[in-house]
Amino acid sequence: MSQANADGILAAKKADKIPSILIKDLKRNKYVYLMILPVIAYYLIFHYWPMYGATIAFKDYSLGKGINGSEWVGFKYFLEFFNSHYFYRVLNNTIMINLYQLAFGFPIPIIFAILLNEVTNRKFKVTVQTISYMPHFISTMVVAGLIIAFTARDGVINDILGLFGVSPTNLLSKPELFQPIFIISEIWQKMGWESIIYLAALTSIDQELYQAATIDGAGRFKKILHVTLPGILPTITILLILQIGQMMNVGYEKIILLYSPNVYGTADVISSFVYRKGLVEFNFSYSTAVGLFNSVINFILLIIANWTSRFLSETSLW
Amino acid sequence: MLTLRKTAGEKIFNFFNTLLMIFVIIITLYPLLHVLFASISQPSRLIQHQGIILWPMGISFKSYNIVFKYPMIISGYLNTIFYVLAGTTLNLIMTVLAAYVLSRKQVYLKNIIMFFIVFTMFFQGGMIPLYLLIKDLGLRDNRWALILPVAVSAWNIIITRTSFQSVPDSLEESARIDGAKDFTILFRIMIPLCRPVLAVMVLFYGVAHWNTWFSAMLYFRNRDLYPLQLVLREILIISDVTSMTQGVSAIDAEPIGQTIKYATIVVATIPIMCVYPFLQKYFVKGVMIGAIKG
Repeated sequence: MSQANADGILAAKKADKIPSILIKDLKRNKYVYLMILPVIAYYLIFHYWPMYGATIAFKDYSLGKGINGSEWVGFKYFLEFFNSHYFYRVLNNTIMINLYQLAFGFPIPIIFAILLNEVTNRKFKVTVQTISYMPHFISTMVVAGLIIAFTARDGVINDILGLFGVSPTNLLSKPELFQPIFIISEIWQKMGWESIIYLAALTSIDQELYQAATIDGAGRFKKILHVTLPGILPTITILLILQIGQMMNVGYEKIILLYSPNVYGTADVISSFVYRKGLVEFNFSYSTAVGLFNSVINFILLIIANWTSRFLSETSLW
Repeated sequence: MLTLRKTAGEKIFNFFNTLLMIFVIIITLYPLLHVLFASISQPSRLIQHQGIILWPMGISFKSYNIVFKYPMIISGYLNTIFYVLAGTTLNLIMTVLAAYVLSRKQVYLKNIIMFFIVFTMFFQGGMIPLYLLIKDLGLRDNRWALILPVAVSAWNIIITRTSFQSVPDSLEESARIDGAKDFTILFRIMIPLCRPVLAVMVLFYGVAHWNTWFSAMLYFRNRDLYPLQLVLREILIISDVTSMTQGVSAIDAEPIGQTIKYATIVVATIPIMCVYPFLQKYFVKGVMIGAIKG
């Protein structure tokens, strides 16, 4: 008998055994499986059924005919999206907001954590830290309300700009200002909170390294550069990768609260476009196609991020 | 630590670093103080004022009076309390059940179920298919529409499972010898031992329910069901205060409209501002657990 044949028989025997193991397992653990049944039902109904529902991206969906009754149209709506000027616009805005986020939103919590760590007075340090978390506990709605009130024509920012002779305008309705305002508000909300992880990483740096550096004559700045920064580099790498994996999920709820037709050119991102096409204009199939495009890109990014993170540090999502 | 004489460079660094931290405090606190001061200012004086506010412009609680009497604020608050309590309770039950089962060693289908759950973190059907599902289930204009679709989060299952896995096996084994079944092990061993992580879960889920507005906007036409955040949207974003300023003379309506917005922000934010300093250690712990597993 050849080796391949023997392997085949073994595999067949194994496959034969699986059902019997499974039946035994189901019998023994029937209450355990019963416990997780509601969770499985939840995922089937509220996650897997919508995945099936996403097939309307390839159909001419109408409410009357339902998901199954509607006609297949293939990639019609995808092509319509790719060929429209919206495609370039929403993709460009999504990427631009992300690049700003990476350039400013990502490093600022790191710098803040490092500098806060250098504060020698413990009480002052804790006070700054507690206050810096505060914006995290304010709801998106209230933050959006604050932004609208402060950037309004008679808002406090225009009042201050007026002292320098700038004539007041509604700042949020200026296309060139939308993205900066959005990013600045994101930094305000998240800086303190996102520094938590780095502060924790900083406390785990071996204190002897600092003493050695001091003996070698390194000053404050050199110690930050040669001890602190390398010490938290693994944390920075992981969070950077995770952030890139999240790229397609811009905080669209806040964008929807802040934008107006004037600034769609710079404010409209893929998710806000999906919302408007689908639930304001009721173009279900088209909107689902755009959303599916977003999900697929997101999926690929996450897989790459997860794989890279596992490769670099042996930590991954699961 | 070695103590060395501080050099001039050190001193300059410390000075500017402290200055920077004070700047961070001001930037963080000022917008909130501005709102607080503006909300108790006299409406007519506030509207004439230009620039930053360092102290209330006179004292008037008129706008608070209006806010507290506005039925939508009250119903919004009550609805949100319901969504937070009912939602978080369901979340906790589902999370604990899933985490317990997935932390078992001798459950054959464990990995398949795990994959089945984690996959939903990577790929979603999207906004429209979920909306159509809610509609088909008859959940539009139904309170459960804010609770059932977010009954459990895969991420929180992972965190809780990791914590359950860290409970020593010997405890469970001796309980089994004493005749304990799964439910007893879950309620008598796992839950009491993992209480800190479950506290974190309550906070994570609770905050998520508190902040919800988008799905409420999609699924609710009936304003009686609106959570607080969606009521805030009408007042702060759409800037519709006409129903609140009814009975106020036309001249006063505009200035008081301003202070009403600020008073609304205060009313909707104060409860959290008062509790967060006490809860923050749990949140910080939660971020850390997520990071270790992340």
